[in-house]
Amino acid sequence: MANMAQAIRMALHYGEKNLGVEHIFGQDVGPPLGGVFTCTQGLTKTWNSPLDERGIVGAAIGLGFANVRSVAEIQFCDYIYNTIDLLKLGGMSTWATNGDWPSPFTIMTPVGAGIRGSIYHSHSFDAMMTHIPGFKIVMPSNPLDAYGLMLACLKDQNPTMYLKPKALLRVEGEEQIPGEPPLTAEGKKQLKEMIDAPLGDRSKWKAKWPELQDYTVEIGKGKIVREGNQVTVVTYGRHVLIARDVADKLREEGLSVEVIDMRTLWPYDWAMISESIRKTKRVIYVNEDTEVTNFGEHLLRRTIEEHFYELHARPRLLAGAFVPGIGLADNLESASVPQMQDIMNACREIIAEQP
Amino acid sequence: MKFKLERKKLVQIHDVMVKSRVLEERLIRMYKQNDGYFWIGGPGEEAFSVPLGLQVRKGFGLDHDFLHLHYRSSPIMLAMGAEPIDSMRQMKNTATDPYSGGRNFGNHYSKRDWNVVPVSSTIETQYLTAIGSAIGQTKRGCKGITIVNGGDSGTAEGDFASALVWASRPVMPLPMLMIVTNNGVGISTPHCNQFGGKSIAARGTAFGIRNAVINGNDVEESWSALEEAITYVREERKPFLLEARVSRLYGHSSASGANFVPDEEDCLVTFEKRLEKEGILTRAQMDKLREDYTATMLEQSKQVKTEPAPSGDTIYDHVYYGQKGRYW
Repeated sequence: MANMAQAIRMALHYGEKNLGVEHIFGQDVGPPLGGVFTCTQGLTKTWNSPLDERGIVGAAIGLGFANVRSVAEIQFCDYIYNTIDLLKLGGMSTWATNGDWPSPFTIMTPVGAGIRGSIYHSHSFDAMMTHIPGFKIVMPSNPLDAYGLMLACLKDQNPTMYLKPKALLRVEGEEQIPGEPPLTAEGKKQLKEMIDAPLGDRSKWKAKWPELQDYTVEIGKGKIVREGNQVTVVTYGRHVLIARDVADKLREEGLSVEVIDMRTLWPYDWAMISESIRKTKRVIYVNEDTEVTNFGEHLLRRTIEEHFYELHARPRLLAGAFVPGIGLADNLESASVPQMQDIMNACREIIAEQP
Repeated sequence: MKFKLERKKLVQIHDVMVKSRVLEERLIRMYKQNDGYFWIGGPGEEAFSVPLGLQVRKGFGLDHDFLHLHYRSSPIMLAMGAEPIDSMRQMKNTATDPYSGGRNFGNHYSKRDWNVVPVSSTIETQYLTAIGSAIGQTKRGCKGITIVNGGDSGTAEGDFASALVWASRPVMPLPMLMIVTNNGVGISTPHCNQFGGKSIAARGTAFGIRNAVINGNDVEESWSALEEAITYVREERKPFLLEARVSRLYGHSSASGANFVPDEEDCLVTFEKRLEKEGILTRAQMDKLREDYTATMLEQSKQVKTEPAPSGDTIYDHVYYGQKGRYW
């Protein structure tokens, strides 16, 4: 019953113990804090860096050149924007050298709204990041996938971008991570005592890690989290949970919604999406990044180009409002990013639409 | 004043300096004859860069030196043993270009076997990637160091300041030789109009980083300063900031004409005068060397013209390591 933060922590522990991860670093990543979302508590290869995003990303690229496996964190994706040219550099090196240089490193950063983070703790990064070739980009929606996707990143020979949906970091999993204590109240308590740093003085505290096992979620493979036959909802991150709830509620109305969790944004599982569209004839893409030049617009284009004559309704994109930031007040945040009711309404509307 | 370096070393340095100068002049000709789209390079930096290349601990992996270079580094590469014809291949964008397969500008080197990380046109980002390989080399017993170079104008970028911060952290000082080849001008903007300090190297003092300013047009001064700095970084595992005052003999790039600038000191002329005066080499020997390299590289440039261009259907190759063909 690990939450996503614990799952990421366990994956990083597995990485430093078994996959050669030598450096896990960033602002407040090392002790005593272990990350502002606690994702790096208790690990042995963590250290605190200067508050310098360009230095953090540059160091990760250089470690990759040196074939030293590292994971670097940018504390919030809102602060990664001043590293865009470095991300391009990191994603370019293998291609620019005609295949000579592998560049294995992982950047992780929390993304998205949902915690009332105001203007500079609520940005999304999927639209911008999917404009940068050369990276593999993942975003989990549950702790087991968070674990398996991190291990996949740590085994990959390419730059990987691990987007953490910050609103889900405290959400507990429904599936057991191989090696974690049982998914019971007692198991939950046991895990907390083993790997959560205590409040107060932590100088003598050491994590007691469970005997974790290898478990990889293959990069590029999505997952159907609800099967249906009237409309396909394609999403990732925290909107997977919302879309899943929408599917469950609409089932009570006799409507059948298929929900796909992309899990990898690039390279993505088009085969799964395409097959689902052929079945349902209707598709809605959902994410919370701003709607103009949104990643979902690319998916819409591909849908139109490849499935135009199979569709029974115009495809839709539900995305964040094209405004500079997420306003803090409840009503402002809710109006800025897709809510459950928005998805529900869109599903009802598209199912009702007939060719 | 007599040379301190041995005759054999002086002759070796001179040989590579001439080879490097002839290569750059050949690359400029290739550009002007439409055998390349753009030229940028390092003529005028040979007296400093050849001694640097000859002192690199060359090889693959953390026990060897990592080099994060900029686009004026051909003398370093030739001193390390690079073949001039490969630079011509990159200038001509051939499929045989070993550095980028025809994908990048000339003098944008990349050689994994020698830890020469890909040169990027982005100014000063090399000072950030250098942080990474230096972190990797902080391990006890590791003999490799990280060497990064760049120009004077690039030091205005925050990335240069980042490197000073990261290299001098008390918890993890980095074995990093930071080099600034100061030619006094950025494209067309005089450095002295944009920088109020006495020297760029002096910025290291604020971070507790040992530093020095040298005359990079002087071979022996460059050799000894590099020897001292490299030894310090290699043994002490701490950073050193070295500023070398150099010339820029053919302007910024082909964008500014790539014509010889007669009013700057030519380090090769200065060195050859001393070599002749001290009886190390005769004028005739030096002229012969230059003629031989000129003739050889002319033939190599002709050969390069016969080599194939990359095929358009390879554009998707190597977006990911080991991947070929369209991947999505």
